[in-house]
Amino acid sequence: MARMMASLIDLANPTRFMRFSAALLPWLATAATLLILAGLYLAWFVAPADYQQGETIRIMFIHVPAAWLAMMFYSMMALSALGTLVWRHPLADVAQKAAAPIGACFALICLITGALWGKPMWGTYWVWDARLTSMLVLLLIYLGLIALWRVLDEPSRAARAVAILTLVGFVNVPIIKFSVDWWNTLHQPASVLRMGGATIHPSMLWPLLILAVGFTLFALALHMAAMRAEIMRRRVRTLTILEAERLDRLAAQGMPA
Amino acid sequence: MSGLLAGFGPHAGFILASYGAAALILAGLTLAILRDHRAQKRALETLERRGAGRRSTRERS
Repeated sequence: MARMMASLIDLANPTRFMRFSAALLPWLATAATLLILAGLYLAWFVAPADYQQGETIRIMFIHVPAAWLAMMFYSMMALSALGTLVWRHPLADVAQKAAAPIGACFALICLITGALWGKPMWGTYWVWDARLTSMLVLLLIYLGLIALWRVLDEPSRAARAVAILTLVGFVNVPIIKFSVDWWNTLHQPASVLRMGGATIHPSMLWPLLILAVGFTLFALALHMAAMRAEIMRRRVRTLTILEAERLDRLAAQGMPA
Repeated sequence: MSGLLAGFGPHAGFILASYGAAALILAGLTLAILRDHRAQKRALETLERRGAGRRSTRERS
């Protein structure tokens, strides 16, 4: 355990993270692509139509992983927010900032595919149902956090403000998960992640799980690439400031740059 | 493509629109992240080539 913690702390050094992520990214992207292709093949050509929902069940194979990832990325951001506020770790800020657009995109995919599934099955694209509304609130929180990052120039100050708002917004994640149990919703209750096991037939469950793992690896690869870009952006910012200070000093001494 | 459309029954449009929207959003996100990564890498390389962040020899002397 102590060794694992030590290696995690080692990895949390930005320079080591850049080296480690450069080596891992191609493998992660390849594994994600293969799993997504295999999952799509099973979802489109092997999984049967549902006895009630017919062929529209195929929307589930992207709708459900998108919903899981939208919540997973927010949970990762909440953990990073703790890293920012408790340990003031710069890589926690970076992880949090890089995760927000990815989580927002999966929340948007979940809402769009849900609407396109809702129209043929429920007769409407949208209802102000607790599950749908709480997912919309998640998307709005994501957008608010992205906007807050852009408003505040100084990264460490922005990180603390965003971290506080992220933790406040985390209350919405269990609301999304349990909304179908707590309220009478048009949205169906959980059929995979539930007490007593999944209620989906294996012919549909396997493609769903393969796609969920594939999309998760894909999202983690994107997150890693976005974190690398953010680390470089901060180095660019620091070097630009240092260069400007050096030029100022040289100008004050009357020397050419 | 038309075989796939027929295979998906009367709601094929909804199914294909779902997959199309997801592909479009994920492709846009991937492109944006890759472009940002490349832009930051170039900016960093330019600054490092100029020797930004290091004290100049004249300044030290």
